[in-house]
Amino acid sequence: MSLEGKVALVTGASRGIGREIAKVLADRGAVVIGTATSEAGAEGITEALSSKGGYGIVMNVSDAESIDAGLKAVTEKSGAPVILVNNAGITRDNLLMRMKEDDWDAVINTNLSSIYRTSKAVLRGMAKARWGRIINISSVVAGMGNPGQVNYCAAKAGVEGMTRSLAKEMANRGITVNSVAPGFIDTDMTKKLDDSQRDAMMSVIPAGRLGEPEEVAAVVAFLASQEAAYVTGETINVNGGMFMG
Amino acid sequence: MSTVEERVKKIVCEQLGVKESEVQNTSSFVEDLGADSLDTVELVMALEEEFETEIPDEEAEKLASVQDAIDYIVAHT
Repeated sequence: MSLEGKVALVTGASRGIGREIAKVLADRGAVVIGTATSEAGAEGITEALSSKGGYGIVMNVSDAESIDAGLKAVTEKSGAPVILVNNAGITRDNLLMRMKEDDWDAVINTNLSSIYRTSKAVLRGMAKARWGRIINISSVVAGMGNPGQVNYCAAKAGVEGMTRSLAKEMANRGITVNSVAPGFIDTDMTKKLDDSQRDAMMSVIPAGRLGEPEEVAAVVAFLASQEAAYVTGETINVNGGMFMG
Repeated sequence: MSTVEERVKKIVCEQLGVKESEVQNTSSFVEDLGADSLDTVELVMALEEEFETEIPDEEAEKLASVQDAIDYIVAHT
């Protein structure tokens, strides 16, 4: 499943699942550009990817101008991306009754509206190439719901709906659009949980363990491949059996 | 150097996969030349590149026929 020479853009690639996705795509031969919100993050990405021709850039996915500037720089340097992995995301958890409108807006903007922006920015190049892969990182909670995460769940469910619509719009141009919905993966995001939350979590995962970032990245790499050309509009669960909706 | 009309028609043929003989000035992209909505978006993209211009969305939506496209390019480049 070689991705030799394909230009791939991975948002939120400085750590966690995004870092692993960038690494796997680079291992398969793609020229991977990873985005981070800080200079230090972008430098870390460059360090990790430079041996394979990839590099990091600073991009704020909640800001349209930052996306345009980043995309322009990438296209001039490496060519237009034909693989886009929308991975960047944040949480601002609270019960709805206590949630501030800023927390709602920030999560919807960074996790959902950003995908409108980045996807729109790369589609022109993909349409011209008659080949493209957009892979959106959703979450198991999009289907399950989760108390304390109405903003996050709404954004991720929105991502899955958008995935299906955009898949239909672009299918006859050789462009596929899919989502991957991880369950509980061993990253900074789940390290924040305390022991009782962890125990509760384990009791609902039939596999009896957290997932590894590599296990999510492997599915993303498949969806990015030529072999996955007939899979589109799909959301693939990677959750150790905790939810199969 | 080809005229604007010739260049527009060439792009229409390439983008919509139609023969030059089928493309009249009065041809409607959708009704006569079989373009779907995504084809028309891509056609505008191709015209922008050929003529090195930016066609705003609200103007692009008005370009329904070959003549509309020629007129727009003549007026804006």
